[in-house]
Amino acid sequence: MNDPSHAHKCDHLIATISEYVDGSLSPQLCAELEKHLRECENCTVVVDTLRKTISLVQTCAEDDCLPGEVRARLFHTLDLDDFVKNDAMV
Amino acid sequence: MAEPEKQPISIEALKRGDRSEFARMVDAYSLHIYRLAMRMLSNPQEAEDVLQETFLKALRALPNFEGRSSLSTWLYRIAVNEALMVIRKRKPELSLSRPAEDGEEDDNGEEMQIVDWGHMPESELLSLEARRNIDQAVEKLPETLRVVFLLRDVEGLSIEETADSLGISQAAVKTRLLRARLRLRDELSNYYRERMKES
Repeated sequence: MNDPSHAHKCDHLIATISEYVDGSLSPQLCAELEKHLRECENCTVVVDTLRKTISLVQTCAEDDCLPGEVRARLFHTLDLDDFVKNDAMV
Repeated sequence: MAEPEKQPISIEALKRGDRSEFARMVDAYSLHIYRLAMRMLSNPQEAEDVLQETFLKALRALPNFEGRSSLSTWLYRIAVNEALMVIRKRKPELSLSRPAEDGEEDDNGEEMQIVDWGHMPESELLSLEARRNIDQAVEKLPETLRVVFLLRDVEGLSIEETADSLGISQAAVKTRLLRARLRLRDELSNYYRERMKES
C-alpha cells in the first residue's frame, strides 16, 4: 500500500468489505473489489481475517448456554412452574 | 435467532393465553435473549433481570401483538430496550439514534493491522486464553456498535431485522456493522500477532 493512489483504492474498497463477506455487495462493486484483491496482498489479508474474526466470535457464542437455575427462576417468575421439567418440549 | 423451534410457535395460541405455547416460546428463545443480554451487559445478574423482564413484558403485550415483525424480532426489540435501560443507568448520555457515540467516530485515522493470522491452527485460535480475548474484544466495542454486531453476526438477524429491532435505518446498521467488524478484526490481529511471535 505504499503507492498513494493504491492506498486510496484500498481505503475506498475497505468500506465495501463488510457487504462483500455477507455476499450482499452489488455485482459491479464486487467485481471491482475482487480485481483489487488479486493485486493487493494486504487487502486480501484484511478480508480473510475479517471473515475469520466473525467466524471465531460465532464459534465462541455457540458454546453459550442458559444455566438450569436461571431457566428455573425464569419459569417460576412467569408462573410456568408446571412446565419447568419439559426442557425438550420445543 | 434463526427460528430455532422445530414446530413453529402459534401466535394465535399465544394471543389467546395458551400457557403451554407460551412455555414453548420461552424455551425456544430464552437462550438467545440471555446470550444477547450477557454479551451486552457482561453481568449475569443484570442479564437474568433482562431475560425475565423481556418475557414478562412480552406476556403482557402479546394480546396486542400485530405480527408486523416476526416474533423473534419483536422479542429482541424488547430485550435490547431492557438492556439499554440498564446501560443508560450506568451511562445516562447513551442514545442509539445519535449518529456518532463515544468511540464510534470514523476509524479512518487508525492504521489497519495487516497480520495474516487466519491460517493459525484452530487449537491456537480457539485456546481458552484466545476465547477470553475474543469475548473481551466484543466487550470493548462501544454499545452502539456492539448491539448491531451481536444481533447481526451472533444472533443471525438480517440487516432489515436488525434495523427493525433497534429502530434505526438499514444504512446506520451497515455502517455500524462495518466499524464493529473492523475494530474486532484489529483487536484480534493485535492479539494473534503476539501469539505468532511466541511460536
